[in-house]
Amino acid sequence: MTRPGSGSPTDPIMIQARGLEKHFGETHALRGIDLEVPEGRILAVLGPNGAGKTTAVRILTTLTHADAGEANVAGFDVRHHPAEVRARIGVTGQFAALDELLTGRENLEMIGRLYHLPAADARRRAGELLARFDMEEAANRTVKTYSGGMRRRLDLAGSLVAEPPILFLDEPTTGLDPRGRLGMWQLISELVADGTTLLLTTQYLEEADRLADEIAVMDHGKVIARGTANELKARIGGERLVITVARPEQLQTATGVLSRIAGDPQLDEPARQVSVAVAGGDGILTRAVRDLDAAGVAVDDAGVHRPTLDDVFLVLTGQHPDAEIQAEADAVAREREQVRA
Amino acid sequence: MSAVTAATRPAPTDATAMTWLADTWQMIWRNLLHIRRTPELLLDVTLSPIMFVLLFNFVFGGAISVRGQGGSSGEYINFLMAGIFVQTIAFAGIYTGVLLANDLKSGMIDRFRSLPMAQSSVLTGRTLTDVLRATLAIAIMWIVGMLVGFRPSGGVVGSAAAIGVMLLFGFALSWVGVAMGALVRTPEALQGIIFAAVFPLTFVSSAFVPTQSMPGWLAWFADRQPMTLVTNTVRSFTLQGDPGPTAIPAILWSLGVLAVCFPLGLWLYGRRTTQ
Ligand SMILES: Nc1ncnc2c1ncn2[C@@H]1O[C@H](COP(=O)(O)OP(=O)(O)OP(=O)(O)O)[C@@H](O)[C@H]1O
Ligand SMILES: [Mg+2]
Repeated sequence: MTRPGSGSPTDPIMIQARGLEKHFGETHALRGIDLEVPEGRILAVLGPNGAGKTTAVRILTTLTHADAGEANVAGFDVRHHPAEVRARIGVTGQFAALDELLTGRENLEMIGRLYHLPAADARRRAGELLARFDMEEAANRTVKTYSGGMRRRLDLAGSLVAEPPILFLDEPTTGLDPRGRLGMWQLISELVADGTTLLLTTQYLEEADRLADEIAVMDHGKVIARGTANELKARIGGERLVITVARPEQLQTATGVLSRIAGDPQLDEPARQVSVAVAGGDGILTRAVRDLDAAGVAVDDAGVHRPTLDDVFLVLTGQHPDAEIQAEADAVAREREQVRA
Repeated sequence: MSAVTAATRPAPTDATAMTWLADTWQMIWRNLLHIRRTPELLLDVTLSPIMFVLLFNFVFGGAISVRGQGGSSGEYINFLMAGIFVQTIAFAGIYTGVLLANDLKSGMIDRFRSLPMAQSSVLTGRTLTDVLRATLAIAIMWIVGMLVGFRPSGGVVGSAAAIGVMLLFGFALSWVGVAMGALVRTPEALQGIIFAAVFPLTFVSSAFVPTQSMPGWLAWFADRQPMTLVTNTVRSFTLQGDPGPTAIPAILWSLGVLAVCFPLGLWLYGRRTTQ
């Protein structure tokens, strides 16, 4: 997602990390991380469980000290000027940082007071956020009684109390159902539309693709790739034409036909698929289907496949992201298509 | 993308004394809301002391000779009350550590640490709330005590002085609790430690029996340890209305414990929460 007006090369860097390292006993959680987020832009830190995403966020938000390296947020060193940093950031951690025994409203008011807003302002701001996050009904119940999705939203609201120019969201949609995730995406898009600098972490490839200007892929405490979604996709090659034939015995014939259109087709027999890299050209799909038809091949499905971030991940790390996560992401994708339609 | 920028909005007010006070008040308010939502948090400063006053008075009262230390009526209850007060205050003080350890398990501490508040207010709010808890405990015990014969003949001034000495001792011990709460991994572990450490100290003191009844070596220790010093001071203030010989050492002990455990607690808490 690229917003108009964002991304001028002279934008100041709001979040910067250089060579961050962190050990937990034997575990080397971070092995030298560099990150940079210019003002008003969104960086998604993408990685599987244990990649070090939370550790990196905790260091940048002054919650943990790095063993080596340095980090600046809003121009202040996180280690030596934590109060300056804290006054300018909002943080929603991976696990809800809420007071279970207080109501939603009391939580937000207390946070406002701890940002040193006058009592009346803290009250007004809490009311605004509860309305905006559609939580007015639950506002006067204790958080203990909230569902996971409500906690997540209140937690996000908590990090927005002081309208911070820089926001950190650690896996903001993990644990949300597809509808909740969509709502969260919508909220995040609105939030950043006004120029907030955002660093978010996610395990969902699609989420990074959809929300971020730039993606940093992390694995085992290192950034293993970075760039825009398109740049990352380009790294694993361009588009492929994928044909699914109706009858397995026709796979060879189909391969022959495709090899005349573009070079070096690849076979996936169990899936009854044959694919070939295409260098673009809109007519190619039509031509392939016409030629296959002429050769008497019954085609079940035909399409041009753009590489997903899953493919990127597979190429970069040599392993598929968690299959379960994948299934969930797919469900969200389908849901989104339905909503759009 | 070169120049690293500073602030896009005005810098926060520095953690001045005023913000520290305001933040501490927010923390006290939060603790009071917790108590309102889970009143069972008050059992240790309400029900337990009532039980102790009644049990000790009626079970041991007839058997223990207080050798002329029973105030105007010479009754055991007059001797006992100072001991019950100090025992309850001591437990409530150190119990601060359990409440803090519970808080450390919750995600809320991370939220506090990401806010531009005075971080120490989490601890001062905690310990000052526990002074309020202790005050409640004293009030309840005082009333129950009077119902079963406690007669503080030291007068209003003596009683007020006694309460002041107790609360100072409780406040000091709650910083011991803070230090321990920041050290232990689980609140349950601390509960065990408190039991093992504080019970023997209250029994080997002048809280429930005159130390003269103990074997010489034990009496030697009992007479010098802070629990006895504070108990004797409270007893002297409530029954005679004068500080007695132990007041200055008792107060020095409390201040000494504070001088060590206040900075130690802050340091341990800071270390624990930045791991
Ligand atoms: N407090 C801690 N003590 C010990 N080890 C830790 C601690 N925090 C993190 N680790 C370890 O550091 C590594 C990175 O953890 P981190 O939580 O940063 O990963 P993550 O990318 O956020 O993973 P997830 O997607 O599961 O949240 C893991 O191996 C983890 O076990
Ligand atoms: Mg994490």
